[in-house]
Amino acid sequence: MKIVIIGCSRVGNSLAEKLCADGNTVTVVDTQASKVETITNRCDVMGVVGNGATHTVQREAGVAAADLLIAVTDSDELNLLCCVIAKKEGKCQTIARVKNPEYSKETAYLKEQMGLAMVINPEYAAAEEIARVLRFPAASKIEPFAKGKVELVKFKLAQGSKLAGMSIKEMAMKYHPDVLVCTIERGDEAHIASGDFVFEEKDVVSIVGTPKHANEFFQKIQYAGNTIKNALVVGGGVITHYLCELLEHSNISLKVIEKDYKTCEELCTRWQKTDVIHGDPFDRELLQEEGIKKAGAFVALSNVDEENILLSLFAQEFHSGKLITKINRDDYDSVVNRLDLETVICPINITADSILRLVRATRNAKGSNVETLYNMIPGEVEAAEFIIKEKSPIAGRPLSELKFKKGVLIASISRGGEVIIPRGQDVIMAGDTVVIVSKHLRLEDATDILR
Amino acid sequence: MNYSIIKRTLGWLLIFEAVFMLVPTLTAVVYSEWDTLWGILASIGACLLVGVLFLIGKTDNVSVYAKEGMVIVVSSWVILSLFGALPFWLTREIPSYIDALFEAVSGFTTTGATIFVGGSTADGYLDLPKSLLMWRSFTHWVGGMGVLVFIMAFLPLSGARNMHIMKAESPGPIVGKLVPKVRTTAKILYAIYFGLTVLEFIFLVCGKMPAFDALNTAFATAGTGGFSIKVDGFAGYSPYLQWVVTIFMLLFSINFNSYFLILCKKVKDAFNLEVRTFLGIVTAAIVMITINVYVTACAAYEYTFSEALRHSAFSVASVISTTGFVTENFDLWPTFSRTILVMIMFIGACAGSTGGGIKVSRVIVLYKGAKHEMKRVLHPKQIKKISMDGHIVEHEVVRNTTAYLVTFIILFVVSLLVVSLDPAVLGASNNAIVTNFTAVAATINNIGPGLDAVGPVGNFAFYSWWSKLVFIFDMLAGRLELFPMLVLFSPTTWRKN
Repeated sequence: MKIVIIGCSRVGNSLAEKLCADGNTVTVVDTQASKVETITNRCDVMGVVGNGATHTVQREAGVAAADLLIAVTDSDELNLLCCVIAKKEGKCQTIARVKNPEYSKETAYLKEQMGLAMVINPEYAAAEEIARVLRFPAASKIEPFAKGKVELVKFKLAQGSKLAGMSIKEMAMKYHPDVLVCTIERGDEAHIASGDFVFEEKDVVSIVGTPKHANEFFQKIQYAGNTIKNALVVGGGVITHYLCELLEHSNISLKVIEKDYKTCEELCTRWQKTDVIHGDPFDRELLQEEGIKKAGAFVALSNVDEENILLSLFAQEFHSGKLITKINRDDYDSVVNRLDLETVICPINITADSILRLVRATRNAKGSNVETLYNMIPGEVEAAEFIIKEKSPIAGRPLSELKFKKGVLIASISRGGEVIIPRGQDVIMAGDTVVIVSKHLRLEDATDILR
Repeated sequence: MNYSIIKRTLGWLLIFEAVFMLVPTLTAVVYSEWDTLWGILASIGACLLVGVLFLIGKTDNVSVYAKEGMVIVVSSWVILSLFGALPFWLTREIPSYIDALFEAVSGFTTTGATIFVGGSTADGYLDLPKSLLMWRSFTHWVGGMGVLVFIMAFLPLSGARNMHIMKAESPGPIVGKLVPKVRTTAKILYAIYFGLTVLEFIFLVCGKMPAFDALNTAFATAGTGGFSIKVDGFAGYSPYLQWVVTIFMLLFSINFNSYFLILCKKVKDAFNLEVRTFLGIVTAAIVMITINVYVTACAAYEYTFSEALRHSAFSVASVISTTGFVTENFDLWPTFSRTILVMIMFIGACAGSTGGGIKVSRVIVLYKGAKHEMKRVLHPKQIKKISMDGHIVEHEVVRNTTAYLVTFIILFVVSLLVVSLDPAVLGASNNAIVTNFTAVAATINNIGPGLDAVGPVGNFAFYSWWSKLVFIFDMLAGRLELFPMLVLFSPTTWRKN
């Protein structure tokens, strides 16, 4: 795909690197020559120096022939303008970064009226991810699936877990869960779940189900730390604002520690439910006073990565609850991984992944029926969403009668807003949207999974 | 320093060189030159053997940073020349290896200066086997667009960081890509190059040039090389053929980006400031020399107006494109004409072409920079950015260009000093200073012929072996735009950390 990225900030850089490595043809645009130079030396992309919102520069960058334009400069208004002009110039899809909360409230309107394919907001995406993890503390990763109706939850079997030594069939007999086990990662190997598969300790298991059912499942298997009542948040930045908004109607209460008095005032005026503490988060006494030991979760969201890591390590000493650390730069993730911080959130990565997903799906959509594509285990397992056509050989027969290839699983069926987690007796009908988890990468059509 | 990726690139380079040598092999078979064939096959064997040895072992680390890029490019060109000299040497046509190396370097760097002093065959060709004549011309074609760019078009050398290699090999102060992918850019450049070469071949054959001559001429023109297969250079061909070559020499010295822009139907952008300046300089030089030689006719040469125009156009195109073909011995022309030719020797072709010299775009940047500095004498606080075609030329580029000129002058002066120690030149020339000066200029700018003893009818054979080594260095430095070659000899490049 031909992609033009306007703005070589951190998001732009990260996107250019990933999209280029994924085999796309990328052109980057920025007003600062030095930024463009740096990136063109690092990856195989073309650089154009100039204001990306001008028609001349867009023409030079080849927007007319491009498939996708991503505007990620620091200014929301400029990003939107870039997209409007690109729409006039060519037939490309457009993605704009919009981070101002006032605009991002109107995301749906903007998307529809300006014909944007996607509005990205790394901070909001990060807040969403944090909120999901807080609601589902058992999970190490949660991804929305089938337009958010179901979730894909990844969790690690702890030592002495009840599931260890049990096969999937036995587990189903015992607990009758309403969720479906999809994949199991053991060491470097990835497996697609089948009835005879036996769980072991330290397996990373992914399940698909509605949020409610997933929660029930975790309660049944008595997975540790299944609900969080309160969370201690450090830093009162944009992500914290979004987090307050997302958790306003949940039963998780937030306590925010922020050292800037003005920011504290802003926070508490807007979010009445949230406790705001004005103080230095590095003050041990203060942290203990505010109940770091009893907090169900500790979330480090300050603007400095080093501070977040240090605070998380400090919190790890005291409390046994959930630990969430925000990291802006993922360049040193190998070091961060070694620290064994439970959940590390990188806003830029979340955004880059969702754009990558769109790009892959669009690229795949040419000549295939894939609606969306998820990279469940990179290079090993993909999940693809298909719409089943009339007279498809898959439709109209119970699943148990169909002969599937090895390493294939139907994870969910959505029919008119309702989601079914399929069992053997279920029947797929024409018009359904199905999510297929498969070790056969790059499926073209749902029928490809039949033997 | 990542030695493993350097080794791997050199391995592939030698394999490609072995493939390139199939061209003279085929020629030897066609013309039944069985004695020569063995020497060429032995050279192919040597390339393959060393190439495969280099390729043994795994390369895990494919990262190429600026330093590796420079070292890869320079060592590639040195190895390419060392092995490219083998066919001349192993066939015993050029008995001294230094001479063979001079010929090979002169070929790959598209200089066209020769040490060959052999006589002529009955039909006017140089007294070398046809296969070796073909190899000489083909080295021009390979060296013209850059051998690593060629390899890059076929092999994924080092992933994303190929840009460092392309920058070090391509001429000009600013190296940009035509399309986002380096590999696609390399393919497009070679497609244009190949297309233009074929076009010239067709035009030449239409002018009743024998196919062998046409092929050699097309190769030598495309690379702006200048090795001639005839003893009298281009004098023996018809005026039509001379005009065709004149036009193609100029075409090959225009920035290839312009052709890409024309293919994209952006004709207006194609005629940018550099191209316009280049064409302006060419026209001015032709007009001045034509009038000069026409008016001051003497016993040595006497032209009609059309002859004067044709010969001066040919010579100007040949010198400014740094090709070095000759139709007339311009060494006999009036001082004014010769001075102009020496001046355009230094200006050279456009950036991003196959030609050498300082490059028109650098001259423009230097001129604008000097003009701006002069203004600043009057208005010391004035701030002004240099621009070309509406684009700001970054300060880095201006600084780099100035440094380039200074380095150029230093290298020129040092080379001239070393060569002037050579006693051999006294016996061979009437004016040793002119000979040495133009010899250094002709090699460093990759032109070929200079004036006096190294003039259009002379050659470089009389120089001693160490002068030849200096010229070899100058030719490589000139082709690779000075810095890479000098960086290779800087101790910091080789320091462990």
